[in-house]
Amino acid sequence: MLNVEHINVGYKDLQVLWDVSFQVNQGELVALIGPNGAGKTTTLKAIMGLRRPWSGTIYFEGQNLCKVPAHKTAELGIAMVPEGGRVFTGLTVLENLELGAFAPHARKHMAQTLEEMYQLFPRLEERKFQRAGTLSGGERQMLAIARALMSRPKLLMLDEPSFGLAPLLVDRIFAKIKEINQAGMTILLVEQNVRAALELAHRSYVIQNGRIVGVGTSEELLSFEFVRSAYLG
Amino acid sequence: MVETLVQNIVFGLLLGALYGLAAVGLSLVFGVTKFLNVAHGELLMLGGYASFWLFNLYHVDPFVSLPLAALALVVVGIVLYSLLFSRTVKMDEEQKVQTTMLIGFGVSLILQNLAQRLWTADDRSITTAYSRMSWTLFDIRFPIVRVASMVVAILLVIALHQFLQRSYFGKAIRATVEDWEEATIIGIDTHRVYLVAFVIGAAFAGVAGALVSVGYSIVPSMGLEWTLVCLVVMTLGGLGSIIGTFVGGLILGVAQALTAFAVGGAYRQVVGLLLFLVVLAVRPQGLFGVKEG
Repeated sequence: MLNVEHINVGYKDLQVLWDVSFQVNQGELVALIGPNGAGKTTTLKAIMGLRRPWSGTIYFEGQNLCKVPAHKTAELGIAMVPEGGRVFTGLTVLENLELGAFAPHARKHMAQTLEEMYQLFPRLEERKFQRAGTLSGGERQMLAIARALMSRPKLLMLDEPSFGLAPLLVDRIFAKIKEINQAGMTILLVEQNVRAALELAHRSYVIQNGRIVGVGTSEELLSFEFVRSAYLG
Repeated sequence: MVETLVQNIVFGLLLGALYGLAAVGLSLVFGVTKFLNVAHGELLMLGGYASFWLFNLYHVDPFVSLPLAALALVVVGIVLYSLLFSRTVKMDEEQKVQTTMLIGFGVSLILQNLAQRLWTADDRSITTAYSRMSWTLFDIRFPIVRVASMVVAILLVIALHQFLQRSYFGKAIRATVEDWEEATIIGIDTHRVYLVAFVIGAAFAGVAGALVSVGYSIVPSMGLEWTLVCLVVMTLGGLGSIIGTFVGGLILGVAQALTAFAVGGAYRQVVGLLLFLVVLAVRPQGLFGVKEG
């Protein structure tokens, strides 16, 4: 479904990603794990079209994403949950969700998707007229996920959904992510929280210093020092 | 004495409504795009001449021609944005403010000289059959034209406020102001948002100018003074608050009128700049603005 092929990405004269390749297949939950500053967020930005690769290509369902304007990526069926539950804090919960359905195909089904989101996250319905800035960290993360789902994506990308959350909340959010995946959604999960990510993912890629250094199931990846130390604490 | 004072306040409010209308346009543009368009006053001047010539050549009533003046400025806005201002979109905020200010100065010089060449430096104003009529209440005079202008200004400001708060595209504009990257992720074309904001701002200047040409008078060199007024009002009202900016306009209008009444007409302009400094020193986010961060 998503094929990232040999991309090199950077900011001005600083290269961040080096020859990065990976793929996500239909229905999979794939994790991209690695320490802070490894280039995980940059990878997602490159897929969204917010940061153009210097070289290499990114295909989504056979279409070259590097030729698609950033604001058209959502229309193709890719949604991204930005890091730290970034939402529009000055807008209400409902307004955030409505805007999530900005892409034309999603707008037609807005009322129905909204109903589905309220079922998935009942808390959001209780708070729908509240400004998003007044939500707790966990609620914000839920709103960010729900807003992304409002676009009825084929691929959902999450950037560090565990960021800044208490362990109990992390469990709850990850349970939701699992639920969404089991309902048929293809997911690319970017995480620093290696343990939580590996428990969830079908396959994982390990990224370090801007390079993909390993791929496999959780057990296979335990041979990596970085993964093992993260796992065993 | 009391009547003169009240009369001055009334005139101040009536002029202040036009300050508010014009400043709301500039404030919207700056709030959304971070373009500091110092040619805003010249756009207002163009709106004034559009209305003046429509009346003089084709006898179109100035209140009927308001949509035409707005439309003319929509076209000017699209041209200015596409040719010049759009090039600064990718710059960071500070560089954007500086660059657009320079562009604005250039545009204002060109428009001012062009207007002078085409239409001479004479003061112009529209005199209709009802221009001299006014209502009188407790010995206070309410010129019909100016009252009608204030009504138009209030209606437009409320309409813009509702558009931003209620409409789907309005929400997209507010989202873009908050975080353009997030907005892009969910599929909002931020360039289009910037264009729409810029064009609405220009149209508001156009309507304000048209109203000035009927209630007061216009001249090719009026732009700078109006740009300054708009900047003062924008600072006074505070960014991010459409209604607050409009009220800021009313306050400046009254402050000017009271100064002219108490100290003398020569100090009218000074009071605005004084208010500007006081607000910056005491309450930098403006009277009705929200503190950033």
